Amino acid sequence: MTEKEIKKTSTQSPSVIPLKAKFRVTVIFFIVLAFYLFSSFKTESSITEFIDGIGNMGELFQKFFPPNLSLFQAIWPALADTIQMAIIATTAAGILCIPLSLLAANNVTTNKILYNIVRFLLNILRTIPDLVLAVIFVALFGIGALPGIIALVIFSLGLLAKLISETIEAIDMNPLEAMQASGANTIQTIYYAVVPQVLPQFTSFVLYVFEINIRASVVLGLVGAGGIGQILDQQIKFYEYPNAMGIIIIIFALVVIIEYISTKVREAIV
Amino acid sequence: MIEFKNVSLTYPNGTKGLKNVNLTINEGEFVVIVGLSGAGKSTLIRSINKLVTATEGELLVDNENILTHKGKRLRSLRTKVGMIFQNYNLVKRSNVFKNVLAGRLGHTGTLRSLFNLFSKEDRSLAYESLKRVNIEEKIYNRADELSGGQQQRVSIARVLTQKPKYILADEPVASLDPPTSHQVMTYLRKINQEDNITTVVNLHFIDMAMEYADRIIGMRAGEVVFDGPASEVSEKTFEEIYGRTIREGDLRGGTEA
Amino acid sequence: MMHNLPPKPKRSTFKTVRNILIGVILAGIYIWTFMGIDIDFAKAVDRMTNNYARIIPKLLDPDWSALSDVWAAMVETIYIAFAGSLMAAILAIPLGFLAAQNMTNNRVLTTIGKWILSAIRAFPDIILAILFIVVVGPKPFAGVLAIAIGSTGMLGKLYSEVLESIDTNVVEAMEANGANKLQILVHGILPQITPEFLSYAIYRFEIDVRASTILGIVGAGGIGTLIVFAKMNRNWEEMGLILLMIIVVVTVIDLISTQIRKRLV
Ligand SMILES: Nc1ncnc2c1ncn2[C@@H]1O[C@H](COP(=O)(O)OP(=O)(O)OP(=O)(O)O)[C@@H](O)[C@H]1O
Ligand SMILES: [Mg+2]
Repeated sequence: MTEKEIKKTSTQSPSVIPLKAKFRVTVIFFIVLAFYLFSSFKTESSITEFIDGIGNMGELFQKFFPPNLSLFQAIWPALADTIQMAIIATTAAGILCIPLSLLAANNVTTNKILYNIVRFLLNILRTIPDLVLAVIFVALFGIGALPGIIALVIFSLGLLAKLISETIEAIDMNPLEAMQASGANTIQTIYYAVVPQVLPQFTSFVLYVFEINIRASVVLGLVGAGGIGQILDQQIKFYEYPNAMGIIIIIFALVVIIEYISTKVREAIV
Repeated sequence: MIEFKNVSLTYPNGTKGLKNVNLTINEGEFVVIVGLSGAGKSTLIRSINKLVTATEGELLVDNENILTHKGKRLRSLRTKVGMIFQNYNLVKRSNVFKNVLAGRLGHTGTLRSLFNLFSKEDRSLAYESLKRVNIEEKIYNRADELSGGQQQRVSIARVLTQKPKYILADEPVASLDPPTSHQVMTYLRKINQEDNITTVVNLHFIDMAMEYADRIIGMRAGEVVFDGPASEVSEKTFEEIYGRTIREGDLRGGTEA
Repeated sequence: MMHNLPPKPKRSTFKTVRNILIGVILAGIYIWTFMGIDIDFAKAVDRMTNNYARIIPKLLDPDWSALSDVWAAMVETIYIAFAGSLMAAILAIPLGFLAAQNMTNNRVLTTIGKWILSAIRAFPDIILAILFIVVVGPKPFAGVLAIAIGSTGMLGKLYSEVLESIDTNVVEAMEANGANKLQILVHGILPQITPEFLSYAIYRFEIDVRASTILGIVGAGGIGTLIVFAKMNRNWEEMGLILLMIIVVVTVIDLISTQIRKRLV
């Protein structure tokens, strides 16, 4: 082989990654990077500032520590409110989502128009953050637990109905056909063929949404919608940082404990 | 009595499922329908309980034209016509007893059924039905704990609990092994004789068709191309129905378990 | 007629006791809940009837003159979400490796990794935002940090699950070929995990856009800042526009991200 020929074959040897893909990946990489730098600039996120911040961390520790955990007794009523709000909201959402998720499952609701309308509404429902809903309901109903509960119900309804309608869409349709063929009506068919198939997942999803609701209901108080968040908000406004940290740690413990229990129960069910 | 009078069926996508079918199925007959895949066997059987609706002609069940049946009348037709499926169609997570009781739904009020309030008669009927197919010891097992043959027996018990006048079975043994297939066919045959329930069965296997049927109906491309007593049928008949020579796969083999 | 009823089902005593116990606990929880919660329905309904006309019709009649302000705030929200998500996507990689059993091969390290990740996940984003505001002051950067840390918990967990499910045969084959650790990582592991890592990071960005919309309520930037002003000024027409903006932008981002993720995997 002459040198020329070798050169030729070497340029022809295919690169491991096709050139076009390589080019595309590089372009995407730089776009993402550029957008990131731009975002950082716009949000004034800079490493130096963060390092300054880390310096402040020492200060922060001094401010926040030692957390005042002795206020547990004082805040227990508000904490109980928080849990109770989540329980009521999850229960209500669990009940209300049943008709909605049937309507949003295309194997039960064969009417395309109705199905699409319900899906569309559920999707919109899920885009509105719970705290924003809480702001509006506090304005409507006044400060207290009720607006918080309603906000949680509406928010979790969208999520729950979506999860459960997807479960319904995945069920085995054969038993439904058998029930229909034996003369059962629609309600009987749903009760005997759909319910047993979705019940375990339903319970699991309701518990999952309960976990989410606990976390959400903890912060609802920031906008006056009841629960522990209201106290946290006050303490921060009064610069009572050790108290605030105490509350945050208690909240943290609450979330961890409830998530642990809920996960165990869900594992046992499914 | 089931009568097809010039019945044709065109699916929404334009496929012709049935072409001008004329048939009379008499009280107490055990009819087996044979034909290649896609011949229209399922379409024929499913049009009888209106799981699919014939688009032309008249379909009479007990002298009533069922093609216009809707709502309550359709459901009452269906309580009279029981159906058995290839995949058993049980609710896998429910226990056997609940699955069998589901056969009574058409006879039970909605509210009662929502609270599982089946009458004593219904519950004992369900239990008797399980006994008839020798599966009563599995009564409180979940359906998915049963073998295919056992599940098919449960689905027969479900149909029995329905107290039907007719039984339709769409390839009831296609998912089973040879001995179990014979067992299931034997139960169907026995029920047909003891209760005088008119039975229409789709089968792929010509040896089984010849063994169990009173009468064999052959279909090809949506048309009835053969109709006669099983005693008159030979391999040659099947070759005519299928339009090709008989192969190994057309036979189930094995004998009654 | 004699009825031949089936034998009663045999329930193990364990199951019976368990079911009774579950029933009692549930009943207890609900009694505690409904005794404890105090809601003055009469008052709430009364207020609702008073406030309804002042709020709802206005919400449905957005104030378009505020569009440019609202849009600017929404864009800032997206910046916060993007910067936070990207930081999290990178921060989560070492944590994901740490928490993946088959990567560390060390029970203690894995457990520590998993603990860190679930501890982070237990903090609601907005509480993280409160903490970071104390560190860096009330500005978007606090929001970015809150999103970054908050998302690291979930992404790290998802990453570790991806890592735990990779095909180890490839790795073994390479070890047999004499490849070193880094080579195995680049040629054996990365190709398997990259699409899923990316897909999860994009999915998390979807969530973060939603999360960022409320950070402003505690002062951490984004459209939430406007929500607070609109509420204080009872400017419900503007609130209507904010809501509409959130719904539309979140929906559009969800759609785009779903499309991208479909192509990735
Ligand atoms: N729901 C439907 N929509 C459109 N065409 C259909 C539908 N169901 C069946 N067909 C068509 O109708 C024809 C007859 O189908 P059918 O299911 O009755 O055949 P079969 O004899 O039962 O076949 P197999 O032995 O495979 O079950 C086939 O061409 C099939 O593709
Ligand atoms: Mg068929």
